[in-house]
Amino acid sequence: MLPDYHWECQFTPAIQLFLLRSVHPWRLMRVGLFIPCYIDQLYPDVGLATLEVLESHGLDVHYPPAQTCCGQPMANTGCNADAKPVAQHFLTTFEPYDYVVGPSGSCVAMVRHHYHGLIDEAAEHRLAAKTFELCEFLVDVLKVTPPRHAFPYRVGLHQSCHGLRELRLGPCTEAQVSRVNKVRVLLEGLQGIEFCNLQRPDECCGFGGTFAVAEEAVSCMMGDDRIADHQQAGAQVMTAGDMSCLMHLEGLIRRQRKPLAVMHVAQILAGRQPQQV
Amino acid sequence: MSHATLATEFVADRKRAAWHDSALWFVRSKRDKCAQALPEWESLREIASQIKQHTSSRLAEYLEEFERNATANGIQVHWARDAAEHNAIVLRLLQERNVKLLAKSKSMLTEECHLNPYLEKHGIEVVDTDLGERIVQWRNEPPSHIVLPAIHIKKEEVGELFHEKLGTIAGEFQPEYLTEAARVHLRQKFLEADAGLTGVNFAIAETGGFVVCTNEGNADLGASLPSLHIASMGIEKLIPKLHHLGVFLRLLARSATGQPITTYSSHFHAPRLGGELHVVLVDNGRSKLLASEEFRRSLNCIRCGACLNTCPVYRRSGGHSYESPVAGPIGSVLGPARDAAKNASLPFACTLCGSCTDVCPVKIPLHHQLLAWRKELADEKLVPADKRFAMKMAGLLFRSPWLYATAGRVGRFALRFAPRWLVYNRLNGWGRQRELPPAPKKSFRQLFRERKK
Repeated sequence: MLPDYHWECQFTPAIQLFLLRSVHPWRLMRVGLFIPCYIDQLYPDVGLATLEVLESHGLDVHYPPAQTCCGQPMANTGCNADAKPVAQHFLTTFEPYDYVVGPSGSCVAMVRHHYHGLIDEAAEHRLAAKTFELCEFLVDVLKVTPPRHAFPYRVGLHQSCHGLRELRLGPCTEAQVSRVNKVRVLLEGLQGIEFCNLQRPDECCGFGGTFAVAEEAVSCMMGDDRIADHQQAGAQVMTAGDMSCLMHLEGLIRRQRKPLAVMHVAQILAGRQPQQV
Repeated sequence: MSHATLATEFVADRKRAAWHDSALWFVRSKRDKCAQALPEWESLREIASQIKQHTSSRLAEYLEEFERNATANGIQVHWARDAAEHNAIVLRLLQERNVKLLAKSKSMLTEECHLNPYLEKHGIEVVDTDLGERIVQWRNEPPSHIVLPAIHIKKEEVGELFHEKLGTIAGEFQPEYLTEAARVHLRQKFLEADAGLTGVNFAIAETGGFVVCTNEGNADLGASLPSLHIASMGIEKLIPKLHHLGVFLRLLARSATGQPITTYSSHFHAPRLGGELHVVLVDNGRSKLLASEEFRRSLNCIRCGACLNTCPVYRRSGGHSYESPVAGPIGSVLGPARDAAKNASLPFACTLCGSCTDVCPVKIPLHHQLLAWRKELADEKLVPADKRFAMKMAGLLFRSPWLYATAGRVGRFALRFAPRWLVYNRLNGWGRQRELPPAPKKSFRQLFRERKK
């Protein structure tokens, strides 16, 4: 385990960063920051928080501005012909980097598991091997010590399906396989944090991309059920590794004026506090 | 009608949809407990999947081996290419023996072939002897679940139905009381029946025998009391060896209802004394699936219903919203294989959450197959034109960073300044029950550029 530079170190953050960048082997790692399109346009702070978290570990983080979308909406609708050029564009954009890291289990799962047939096979494997979701990158690649700043709230962890069942970021209730919950271990060290016990800890929120509109009735009922579960468990903050699930859930919460704050995991890790609790 | 339309109707009664959801979640939770009690659960799934895949890889050989051994045991084996052939064979067998009343135990295959209306049209009375199936038969409905056919009906409604059909006391809906009434009624039917028809859960090539699993024992009565027993079986129900059976019996009931094993797992190897035993082997599209590399593994299915119980969409939309003999994730894979145009909306009745894949005891990659179906359907232009057009536009937009960034700016500007009534118009499906995210002034890329300066 690496020393905990950032939360306990005596040096000021600027000096820490200087030291890290000049002496640490990670300085050679060129990380391409993958900010999914809807986060870029609608949740810029989630992007900033991701950037801050990665930079706080001394990484050389680049944001290639040519990036657009991973192609998931088209591929999940079956329109592979339309997804192909978008996937190809993604590949070209991120070709120069050693790692591609993004704050979304769903978009990363798309790049890692569903580019088959969309881009050249050798490139597909190369890209899959270097693309990571933020939490798994912190836990598996950087092996960071979880942060310890204060976050004194009751937190409901929504486990996004693609992170859970495509990227295997944690154990799921269906399978008898023990796994580390890579989202939860990062949050566990926070001072004052308390996790709520959900009745259905890994049920889908009902977003599902175009499903959210095409099957609006079922989608909203699923979302309402998730919110009710978090509320019965006494959650003050609902968090997840995927902003798309949270966009859907937050949309319902705001319409119904429920007292539940919604934050992306990256925002909590970067030290943000909930806006209203 | 599309799944979305029927699901909207089902969800309109939120209370009932919530009741349906919790009834099935209860079954899923029972399954979890039962599965967790077996440390070897995941290896059992793996072995089962491998046995099934192996069988599929040489299905023709095993089917012939089964036919040889079954015939040697005195079972008469029939081959049916499709539903029509299956129905014709069954009808011929019944007519030749002058059968007036057929006691049928649960068989999803006969639902798939629409056997009941066919036989009734030819003057044969069919009685479904599984309690749930009897209930939906009286209501003139198809089953809404492959294991729990009447899961969509409340006990109060069963009470009313039985009052009308069996003369039980009005307003009485104690399950024990109603079950007893059904038992008396069905016992009479069993005694009167001239023939019994069952499904097949597993057929064993090595022995030429087959196994039928029920909790009510109705298959056993139906197969043993009349002198004629017909078993309808999809060709994918085969396993090579008797010792493979244990793997599947351990998985089936645990996955289906959270029981260690079904109450009855009855083995049939030969006709009963003085009786006849016929097995009808039915293809009906299965060899088409077998030929498809993409969808072959859907033939692993043992019809346990675990994917239905875990599916968050199925639980909240009910089995009838699928308009297919098999509902839920597996039904959404099998449906389009049978009729792509009619079932085109089913692979989209799914959030791709992947729970079905993890719960499946024979490891069918269900959500990946649903995704693969979407591609097939889009290629055949069976995805609605507006959706395809939107994706074409999105594909063009995302190819150009400049176009994308500009569209983003314009969109956010519009969202910030357009009046609420304009944004939340009738065409905005998102906004009917949900707020749109508050549009920020600047995108991440703008903030990033400014931060660098």
